[in-house]
Amino acid sequence: MPGTGVATLAELFAGSPRDGGWTGFLLAQLPAGRPWLWVQERMAMLEAGRLYPPGLGTGAGELIHVAARDARQALWAMEEGLRCTQLGAVIGELYGDPKALDFTATRRLAVAAERHGVAAYLIRLGGHANLSGARARWRVTSAPSPANSLNAKAPGQATWDAELFRTRSGRPGRWIVSHEPGAGAKAGFHLVAGAGDRAMDPDYRAAS
Amino acid sequence: MPALAIERWTRITGPQADACPEQRRVALTVEVQHGQRIHAVTAAAALAGARAGMRLTDARALDPGLIAVPADIDGDLALVRRLARWASRWSPAVEIEDGGLKLDLTGGAHLFGGEQRLLADILARFATLGLTARAAIAPTARAAWALARFGGEAAIVVPRIRTAAMLAPLPVAALGLPGHVTRVLERLGLKTIGALAGIERRSLARRFREADNPLDALDRALGRTADPLSPLAERSSPRVLLRLAEPVADPAAAPQSLGLMVPELVRQLEQRRLGARRLVLAGYRVDGEVGIAVAACALPSREPKHLERLLADKAAGLDPGFGFDGFVLEADWCEPLDPVQDGLAGGPPDAVAVARLVDRLVSKLGPDKVRRPAARASHVPERAVQWIPSTASGAPAPVAVERRSRPERLLDRPEAIEVIYATPAGLPRRFVWRRAVHDVVRAEGPERIAPEWWRERSTARLRDYYRVEDDGGRRYWIYREGLHGDGRGGDPVWYLHGLFG
Repeated sequence: MPGTGVATLAELFAGSPRDGGWTGFLLAQLPAGRPWLWVQERMAMLEAGRLYPPGLGTGAGELIHVAARDARQALWAMEEGLRCTQLGAVIGELYGDPKALDFTATRRLAVAAERHGVAAYLIRLGGHANLSGARARWRVTSAPSPANSLNAKAPGQATWDAELFRTRSGRPGRWIVSHEPGAGAKAGFHLVAGAGDRAMDPDYRAAS
Repeated sequence: MPALAIERWTRITGPQADACPEQRRVALTVEVQHGQRIHAVTAAAALAGARAGMRLTDARALDPGLIAVPADIDGDLALVRRLARWASRWSPAVEIEDGGLKLDLTGGAHLFGGEQRLLADILARFATLGLTARAAIAPTARAAWALARFGGEAAIVVPRIRTAAMLAPLPVAALGLPGHVTRVLERLGLKTIGALAGIERRSLARRFREADNPLDALDRALGRTADPLSPLAERSSPRVLLRLAEPVADPAAAPQSLGLMVPELVRQLEQRRLGARRLVLAGYRVDGEVGIAVAACALPSREPKHLERLLADKAAGLDPGFGFDGFVLEADWCEPLDPVQDGLAGGPPDAVAVARLVDRLVSKLGPDKVRRPAARASHVPERAVQWIPSTASGAPAPVAVERRSRPERLLDRPEAIEVIYATPAGLPRRFVWRRAVHDVVRAEGPERIAPEWWRERSTARLRDYYRVEDDGGRRYWIYREGLHGDGRGGDPVWYLHGLFG
């Protein structure tokens, strides 16, 4: 995926607080083998529940879960976590548009993440894309899954409609992807044939 | 503390009473089998004839104007306990015995400038608290007890040889024997300890039962048999004491004191090859209170900077009141910690770095806010994972993995939803969650999870879990609780329990 590789701050907007799709999209990118610091604000926990370790699969790192009282405390915990270089990733879930989350706060997180080399993800549930210091900003919603080869009635592999609408490196874009876990030849993100019609990529249009 | 109960009462009621409380004739009473007995009296009441231990009716006969107030025995005891903790400033071994305090000062008096100075210090400090105290230092605990209670003037230091001579003029009651033994001795004419000591041992041994033999008490008082104290708490953990020349009321004093005490504590920990799991900073205040700050570590540690940073915030929050005049820093929970080599890059080892992060989070947010998952043997989804405090010791088994059949996120408590289905036992067609309609496009299930009858009540219902996907591709984990006609309640209820990623 574009924008990955260098540890920095990425912001993920969930389609809605009731859409858990972003969790799968994010989990597929987190590094395994090192502990994750997962900070949740109180409202985010009420709206979207907590992480459930049995559903995370074998690749999941050791979890440290912080239940923050409000956004300010959550941001503090994230920044404290970013200073610990032994962490694999720091994830913070915030609900709505808290006042504490302004450009300065996000910029601080981005700088801390880059200085200490720990990837930070700021998850926004039901928030608006205001000014932010995040290096990459995603909007992730669930997409209808492809057919399940074993049971036609059952949901297929998880699929996401991921839009990278702001980035420092690379170009913004929109993809419909799914992810194959493990280390085989097919492992990693795949583009999925979309269900509907979309506008053609301008570059592609120019070339043809 | 001969007048503790009445002094405490005076202090509590003092501001409210219109007249000067010392001038009122008041008796504190306790309920006994046949009416009320006087527990303590004010000085004015004592002048009028009331005595502790009298029946209230007898005292009223002498002085009809006597005011009776119920005594607060538990409150007095709580005060004594607090004073006992406070008295640990002089010695770590403090024992409470019928309203008095016993301190083991062996080898400790020179820290306070000798026995005389120490005794004066004790009396002066109790006096500033507004409490009358009588104190004595003696080679044996029993002798000190006797001298403090019956010795007339307080503050007597006894050289070992002179113990018997000092005790001789005291009444036999000073031996602390049961009441009937004391009475028998007095009836026999043995009024003082000196007289008792003069009797031949064999005849005394024959005369009394073994349990309440005055010989035993005499031996204890004179140091012929051991009479150890059983102090409030065993203190063998690493401990640093800092005494201040004069009280400091600045709130910054506590964090600053850490800078002086932590290196010394770390030195002690290093010597004993221990790492601290919990640190307690006690600030001793001039007004008899003790302010306490506690910090815990996820892994045993003796890194001075880390320990200092953990405690600094809490220490700054201590209320200095009229000022601290001493601090004690103690590692009251330690675990063995051998020297560990640093990482090649120079930083601490990985596990230690993460543990320090957890410590910092815990000390700011509280232990119940920072958690990690632990697996439990259970089929019920919410019970299969337990969130335990990150500082809890012992590494739990890693959480079992059942990829794809379990959601990535689980709501803390399942939320009731309205479901439309084709047949009662069939797949759900549509459901309403948080007032939004979700059309079920695809569904898989049921996965039946039976209640755990060995843990739950007999009315617990089974659950049929479905993985459903709605028209927007959002996937949920919903379940139907119960079956039609299972005899455990009415119609089955549907719940939404988890969100798939």
